[in-house]
Amino acid sequence: MTRDSFTGFSSIRRIERDKKRFDAIIRGRIKQDLRKHITRGELIGKRGREVVSIPMPQIELPRLKYGRKQMSGVGQGDGEEGTPIGAGEGEGAGGAGDQPGFHLREVEISIQELAELLGEELELPRIEPRGNRTIKSRRSRYKTIRQTGPESLRSFRRTYRQALKRQIASGTYDFKRPMVTPVREDMRYRSWKEEPEPVANAVIIYMMDVSGSMGNEQKEIVRIESFWIDAWIRAHYHGIANRYIVHDAAAHEVDQETFYTTRESGGTRISSAYEMAAKIIAGEYDPQEWNIYCFHFSDGDNWGGGDDEKCFELLNERILPVANLFGYGQVESRYGSGQFLEALRENIEDEKLALSHIADREAILDSIKDFLSKGK
Amino acid sequence: MPQLLSPELQALQKEIEEYARGYGLDFFDVIFEVLDWEEINEVAAYGGYPARYPYWRFGMEYYALSRGYAYGLQKIYEMVINNDPCYAYLLAANPVVDQKLVMAHVYGHADFFKNNYSFQHTNRKMVDEMANHATRIRRYMESYGEDEVEGFLDICLSLENLIDYNAPHIKRRRRLEDAATDPSHPSRRPQPHRIDAKEYMEDYINPEEVLKAEVERMQEERQKEELFPARPEKDLLLFLLEYAPMTNWQRSVLGIVREEAYYFAPQGRTKIMNEGWASYWHSTIMTQRALEDSELIDYADHHSGTVATQPGRLNPYKLGLELLRDIEERWNKGRHGAEWEACDDYELRKSWDTGAGEGREKIFQVRALYNDVNFIDEFLTAEFCHKHKLFVYDYNESTKQYQISSRSFDEIKQGLLFQLTNFGQPWVYVRDGNHLNRGELVLWHRYEGVPLRLDYAQDVLRCLYAIWKRPVHLETCDDDRPIVLSYDGTEHTVQDRSED
Repeated sequence: MTRDSFTGFSSIRRIERDKKRFDAIIRGRIKQDLRKHITRGELIGKRGREVVSIPMPQIELPRLKYGRKQMSGVGQGDGEEGTPIGAGEGEGAGGAGDQPGFHLREVEISIQELAELLGEELELPRIEPRGNRTIKSRRSRYKTIRQTGPESLRSFRRTYRQALKRQIASGTYDFKRPMVTPVREDMRYRSWKEEPEPVANAVIIYMMDVSGSMGNEQKEIVRIESFWIDAWIRAHYHGIANRYIVHDAAAHEVDQETFYTTRESGGTRISSAYEMAAKIIAGEYDPQEWNIYCFHFSDGDNWGGGDDEKCFELLNERILPVANLFGYGQVESRYGSGQFLEALRENIEDEKLALSHIADREAILDSIKDFLSKGK
Repeated sequence: MPQLLSPELQALQKEIEEYARGYGLDFFDVIFEVLDWEEINEVAAYGGYPARYPYWRFGMEYYALSRGYAYGLQKIYEMVINNDPCYAYLLAANPVVDQKLVMAHVYGHADFFKNNYSFQHTNRKMVDEMANHATRIRRYMESYGEDEVEGFLDICLSLENLIDYNAPHIKRRRRLEDAATDPSHPSRRPQPHRIDAKEYMEDYINPEEVLKAEVERMQEERQKEELFPARPEKDLLLFLLEYAPMTNWQRSVLGIVREEAYYFAPQGRTKIMNEGWASYWHSTIMTQRALEDSELIDYADHHSGTVATQPGRLNPYKLGLELLRDIEERWNKGRHGAEWEACDDYELRKSWDTGAGEGREKIFQVRALYNDVNFIDEFLTAEFCHKHKLFVYDYNESTKQYQISSRSFDEIKQGLLFQLTNFGQPWVYVRDGNHLNRGELVLWHRYEGVPLRLDYAQDVLRCLYAIWKRPVHLETCDDDRPIVLSYDGTEHTVQDRSED
């Protein structure tokens, strides 16, 4: 080694601090525009497995500079006069600055973080996973001290303290020559302890009315809303299962893709969906082990003939007792809004039931709040 | 962790350095450091300097660079710092042939930094200076709060380009403190100039009315001087430092931003030449000395990548390199001077060769005495523009596209010079620091036919207001219509103004 490293990297890299400040600014911007991002629904299309790309126009400092559009410049290449050279920026040599040139058009943010922003913005309480969780995993943590162990884990401080204590107690410590010599018995080693860590599992069952009165706009609203509900619930559990049920007069379980694209024309019997949900829960998700979330979206136009009563019965007896939360969102369609929301409000009293009326895209955020502000 | 050079790289450095010296390059010591890609991105985010003040924009650069690298969009090849000694970085993962190329390129830059006149006033210990700046700003953050100081940095950096790029070389005005000792300073009482004469000749040699006229003229002059500032000042940051009401730490932060802006300015003013010079030397050293047979293909691939031109763009590496080569050829063959200029015989010009052989010598002189502006002004020729297919483009409103508008030599040269002069920045001066005797600040944009981005300009006024704390105005033109933008702390206004 002839010289010290010039850049002198320390173990905590300096850039991390600046990166954090930048992240904070980004978070601030996203939060500021959250309502816009949510109502537009454009984020969902940009969703990766764990991250979402968010368009981030102009995060640069203002400067006195020329307007680009009117600017001419000098370039190099073939072509006659009048030949177009591309619609983008024609950047000449004059733009040479001291900074590397780049344009940040979008930033990536994890879905987890997005959910947190949503939570902050809507002041959502954190979900408290319910009951005694039965599924547990064990995790090792270095948090105890033992008298034996490998040298690599020796705790210098504890060993020293032990040796000092012993020497003082036995009178071998000399204040004028303060030498502390540990012996075998003084040695202390860091050691681990296994801790059970509760892992909460959750299942979310989405149900949607796909009868003729639910148009594309209504489905889009459901899609946007369920994306955010999903993000929020996911932020609180490790294992999440999603199930999708569509119904008109009869219910079918489908995959996510079909869920958002199917269109039927039949009538509406909501009880068919509830029945299927109850069956899925009973068959596959033991409420002792699972946190169960159900969300149902409809325009509220249920068939007459006692189907409402059948729904109440299913909810009261088979779904609400086992679920953490049952959310019913009534999306206004071009035929107006049905009676089901009112019927539920009048007939069922259960704090696990969350009701929401969604007039249009603008109302999505408030609706999310209706569903999730119970902290279940 | 950064690694010291391996024995192989050390040997390589020694070899390349010897070649460079052999060609007559003259440079500060160069210290190479090997970094992995995360580290090189970190260093690059800080503009190459290991210690910069804490600031979110560096974090943003880092984010963008890391993503660019991860997606394979970009890769930083070389970075070199104008300092004595020069610092340069090598990417650990690069193959040997790349390291050679980078080293040769870096020695070109190091020679340029040391010898080009633009850098004669730059601080060669800037690495240390920047570390000091970082310490000071960190201390202010501890005392006055991170948000406070960082917010003020945002403001200062928005005004960063409003400096006088020529200032290091010219004494624009007498400093305030000169007034006390300098008898010719305008603040002294005006005294007409008398010619010594015998008493009886006095009335003839220094007639009363001439003296009176001279006093009047001087008083008029003085009144002009009493404008504040006496004549429009380009160094807005200096003006603010001297006259704006700021706390001590704010003044200090603004001073730091200004100092760093001045440090970077000459690099911006010599971008084409500097990159051209470094490319000239890496290609010369590599092709004539350093290259092994087996490395030829890789070298050619990377070199062509460096000097590639995308359609419609101008690559400073390429333009600088070709122009230097052109100069070398012209001076080797004696293709300059009155006789050459006067000759319009195509065949004669084509075979013109006086065997002067002064090319190498000439380009060494050019690298010492020119900046991008006079480099282009003096050495860009019609033949060169034609050979390298240069053109002028403009924006076509109806097709919403940039398009080639001309291939005329004069227009190309004008276009290039416009891009380069004043760093491609608009000319903005402080015109009045006590507008209407109300302490309002008036900036004046010298309009050259291209309007400013007005939304940015309004944001800049807001920043300026935060420092000046009195209403601020910017005189400019929007599509040839003279206007004045104002901000009084609560609202922006745009008004027409009469051109003066």
